[in-house]
Amino acid sequence: MPKKVRIPTPLRKLTNNEELVEVNAATIGEAIAELQRRFPGIQERLLDDTGAVRRFVNVYVNQEDIRFLQNQQTPVKDGDEISIIPAIAGG
Amino acid sequence: MEKNAGFMKALKCRECGREYPLTATHVCEFDFGPLEVVYDYNRIKQSLIRPVIQSRPQTMWRYRELLPVAGEPTVGFQVGFTPLIKADRLARRLGVRELWVKNDTVNYPSLSFKDRVVSVALSRARELGFTTVACASTGNLANSVAANAAAAGLKAYVFIPADLEQGKVVNSLVYGAEVIGIKGHYDEVNRLCAEIAGKYGWAFVNVNMRPYYAEGSKSMGFEIIEQLGWRVPQHTVVPMASGSLLTKVQKSYQEFTKLGLAPETTYHVHGAQATGCAPISTAQKAGLDFFKPVKPNTIAKSLAIGTPADGFYALKVMKETGGAADDVTDDEVREGIRWLAECEGIFAETAGGVTVGVAKKLIVSGRIPANDSVVLCVTGNGLKTLDAVVGQVGRTREIKPSLREFEALLAHEDRVTA
Ligand SMILES: Cc1ncc(COP(=O)(O)O)c(C=O)c1O
Ligand SMILES: [Zn+2]
Repeated sequence: MPKKVRIPTPLRKLTNNEELVEVNAATIGEAIAELQRRFPGIQERLLDDTGAVRRFVNVYVNQEDIRFLQNQQTPVKDGDEISIIPAIAGG
Repeated sequence: MEKNAGFMKALKCRECGREYPLTATHVCEFDFGPLEVVYDYNRIKQSLIRPVIQSRPQTMWRYRELLPVAGEPTVGFQVGFTPLIKADRLARRLGVRELWVKNDTVNYPSLSFKDRVVSVALSRARELGFTTVACASTGNLANSVAANAAAAGLKAYVFIPADLEQGKVVNSLVYGAEVIGIKGHYDEVNRLCAEIAGKYGWAFVNVNMRPYYAEGSKSMGFEIIEQLGWRVPQHTVVPMASGSLLTKVQKSYQEFTKLGLAPETTYHVHGAQATGCAPISTAQKAGLDFFKPVKPNTIAKSLAIGTPADGFYALKVMKETGGAADDVTDDEVREGIRWLAECEGIFAETAGGVTVGVAKKLIVSGRIPANDSVVLCVTGNGLKTLDAVVGQVGRTREIKPSLREFEALLAHEDRVTA
């Protein structure tokens, strides 16, 4: 069973408006690479020149921020849900 | 896009500079950078001059050229122009020469600085044709959206962490807003709201309306300058949750200086957090220009944002202005609340306790020199966070309605204090 990635609105132009995309990757880093193969251009939106996740991009695995896990090395298992979400302002 | 955009020119990405039309959109498609309103300062300079400002009603809208609405505001036109108090007694207790309190505990109508951002966001939302508004909130923003939406006849959905103070919850419910309590902390509320905002055609004040919303905070800084007699204070201490208010206070100082409304001067903008949620302060003290997210655990729930969206820019502002950050424990927050109340008769919520407590630390450590002049931004009302201080700020002594009992009580007191 694959893993699901929730695509945020600003990136849906790249995924033909698909909101939920399935990947087979074993880590977050691989998932981003896999998205890039299928939707060219998406990686540079998510990663900066050094390959790090951009500072205004938050990535979650099952609702946990990957910065509390192992960043791009964070493993993903079958059935996991990955969300990509822009930072939002205060409250 | 409307033909008439007032004094606004476009939205612009703070990271890469790409421009976007003035719609309900908040992030750059290329790098997720936040979008910010660009103004036509040349035109503003011609109309926004001191006598014009002074001739207008005493509300935040007297600076309307610098607030992002195209036409006249239609929501919250009585917000702002709260008192700036010369706080001599608190100055003595903190050990600093000159101290002012910008008192947004009495902001209209919902008793926090959030009425500033909300009146802008909802006025703009109406211009863009929205009839339903929403927000993710640590409490005060929810109160303000609920109140201002009610008065404007807009439908409101507010999303809050389920464990907020009762005062904050009731203060949203009473206006008839749909209040959704999320079982989780604010960052989880935020994440959910980012997803909801993408699905429903609502004006989410701090999601798709963020570029407009955030600008409302500048009015606090404009007022401070005007109320100080058209000068920028040497030091300003600002509470930080997402860090947005702090960055906008600096922007207000820059804009007034650029427009010639205040003379050029050196100033320092300092940031205050609670130790139980101090991602920005921790990074500032370590000399870093990025923060590490944290999981909040503090009585200062209004400031409990572990992944602060403007943390990066807040750090930059402190660095550029030679400002510092610090954080205080829950006990120090309560002490700050008490000191402000005892010295100045102002009852602030936990965020106010954070600001006073951090000011004390900055003064004691010399990061604010004792001979300088300081403004404290006190941003919310204490009646909303009674839970945080109940039982910790003295207690009532009960007696029968009998003069003898009262005299016995006083006599006992004399013995104790003698
Ligand atoms: C009373 C109070 N002060 C300050 C803040 C900080 O706001 P910002 O997110 O702009 O840093 C908040 C935010 O919710 C608040 O409720
Ligand atoms: Zn950009």
